[in-house]
Amino acid sequence: MPLSSRLIDVAGGRAKVRVYEGGDGPPLLFLHGAGGLMRDDPFLAALATRYRVHAPLLPGYEDSTGEERLRTMLDIALHAYDVSDALGLAKPLVCGLSMGGMIAAEMAALAPNEIERLCLVASAGLWLAQHPLPDLFAMLPQELPGYLFHDVERGSKLMAPGGDLNDIKFLADFMVMNARRLGMAGKMLFPIPDRGLSDRLYRIKARTLIVWGENDRLIPLPYAEAFRSALADARVVTIPQAGHLVGHEKPDEVLRALATLN
Amino acid sequence: MKFTWFHLMPWPHLPDDFREKYRSVWVDIPTTLYDAKRGHQIYHDYLDQLEFAEKMGFDALGVNEHHANAYGLMPSPNIMAAALARRTSKAAVMVLGDSIALYNPPIRVAEEFAMLDVITGGRLVAGFPVGTSMDTNYAYGQIPALTREKYAEAHELIMKAWREDEPFAFNGRYTQLRYVNCWPKPIQRPRPPIFIPGGGSLETYDFCLEFDYTYCYLSYSGYLRAKQLMDGYWERVAKSGKDDSPYRGGFAQVICVADTDAEAERLYAPHVHYFYNRCLHVYPGFADAPGYRTIKTLQANMITQLTQAQLRNYPTLTWKDLVDQGYVIAGSPQTVYDRMVDLAKTLRVGNIFALFQVGDMPGDKVRHSTQLFAEKVMPRLKAEMFPEWRNEDRFWIKPMQDSERRLAAE
Repeated sequence: MPLSSRLIDVAGGRAKVRVYEGGDGPPLLFLHGAGGLMRDDPFLAALATRYRVHAPLLPGYEDSTGEERLRTMLDIALHAYDVSDALGLAKPLVCGLSMGGMIAAEMAALAPNEIERLCLVASAGLWLAQHPLPDLFAMLPQELPGYLFHDVERGSKLMAPGGDLNDIKFLADFMVMNARRLGMAGKMLFPIPDRGLSDRLYRIKARTLIVWGENDRLIPLPYAEAFRSALADARVVTIPQAGHLVGHEKPDEVLRALATLN
Repeated sequence: MKFTWFHLMPWPHLPDDFREKYRSVWVDIPTTLYDAKRGHQIYHDYLDQLEFAEKMGFDALGVNEHHANAYGLMPSPNIMAAALARRTSKAAVMVLGDSIALYNPPIRVAEEFAMLDVITGGRLVAGFPVGTSMDTNYAYGQIPALTREKYAEAHELIMKAWREDEPFAFNGRYTQLRYVNCWPKPIQRPRPPIFIPGGGSLETYDFCLEFDYTYCYLSYSGYLRAKQLMDGYWERVAKSGKDDSPYRGGFAQVICVADTDAEAERLYAPHVHYFYNRCLHVYPGFADAPGYRTIKTLQANMITQLTQAQLRNYPTLTWKDLVDQGYVIAGSPQTVYDRMVDLAKTLRVGNIFALFQVGDMPGDKVRHSTQLFAEKVMPRLKAEMFPEWRNEDRFWIKPMQDSERRLAAE
């Protein structure tokens, strides 16, 4: 079933947010990673087979706007609550991928009674000095698939920009879009994707599932254990033959793991 | 016209296979390529060259700020300016400049610039760059999308610190100070002349016009390619209703003078190639962090920038290409004079930031080129260009009288 989308007012018109929605089942709030959502996003499509999915785009992504007033991690976590309120969601399962996981964990730490079930997929937000992360902000577009996918060739096709990068007008639009969204992502992830979350993880009460691709080259596996050991009630599920975008490469396996989060 | 003798202070011992072996001259270049004992000699040679330029009659001596790179070894330009302050007595000391978003708190810039202005007796030109993305974002960790807001706030703080006579509280988003109290205050009141390096954004044009700052385009692509950008600036000046004094604009230019055109190629070509092929060898992933440029600027300039990026294929450029296309103004004094006239008229700029030391050019050649320009080109340009603006003094230093002023230490 294809997802539909609408543009909603958030925080009394301070932000306008594009939300993709679809599926039947328990409500699930999905927070995307630094790359935003793909066209016909395969991870979202899979989630919508079991859940009522609400996937808002952060200001700076597509036609979501209002990013000027979001500067700090606190601004962004509170914005995510504003979006959840605007959607009328009550204690949804919150599922965040990478940067979205960082936001989801921050929300759960900020208001621990508001989130009962949390799924962190290859989440950003921690920094382990013995496992420094590659610099997303110094990567060229053609380098990205190598960091994001286990199957790089298939991943490259998934990420294809939907136009001809040799066409100078398309390239210009593509670069503006990229600057907007990664400019926003940089407020959380640049130069080091750590805004003090590790000091706040102890506050999280949610039952938490941590999902990781075994072959994650962007945020490697030791980070899964770092999250688990800092949380009161968390389990790790690692998925073989998957990279950072584990939900896109192995959606069925991720769904199966998610089914155990009751 | 005003001629600033500008030094980048490059590292002149990058290996011949630098481009093949290393991805970038900036950000992640290993310091195994640096040698501190050689660096000692080089810093002194470079400062000697700047002092020589004052003796040759240049209006200003220019330094600037870069980090984690072999292109320009001045992480702290104020240290270089301080060294010049005591060894010179006439030329303006132009710091172009301090990257004000990188100082914490930025009141430090107000203080250090005031110190320099006091020591030099009012010879400071203060530059406020945002800094390249390599410096500001990658080497100094500023969040790209917040850099300009932080810059604007730092500017507001510094100006107020110079202007106010009583201590005040400053409640900024990036800097909070309960007591702002800038000791010392600059000689030049309310402020020294301020120069702003820009790369074509409308916001920067308007910023310069609002405060009557000099807009400086620091490009190495030469004046022919700069025309479109400077035309955009002058259109904005006209729209603002301000006068079109050429001293509202400045341009950086590589200049090489010899007795003949052929001699210029023989003397300087290897050093110019060193500069374009090694000093400007920046990994594209470090050139422009997402969020560093405003969306408005990107939309306005993207296609031009993309076109320019495709043209900027330095390794394929021969000496003839570099000279014909105006990247470099080189040749006999007459050739250089003709092209400088063309430059000044094309861009309508009263300020030239002249680069005579280029790449690994040794001191004797630097002096030779500098002296020929100073004796055979500069006086003619000063006498002939922009005669209707001869009395313009709004954009230049106003030092203390010589009789009141301590002159250079011997």
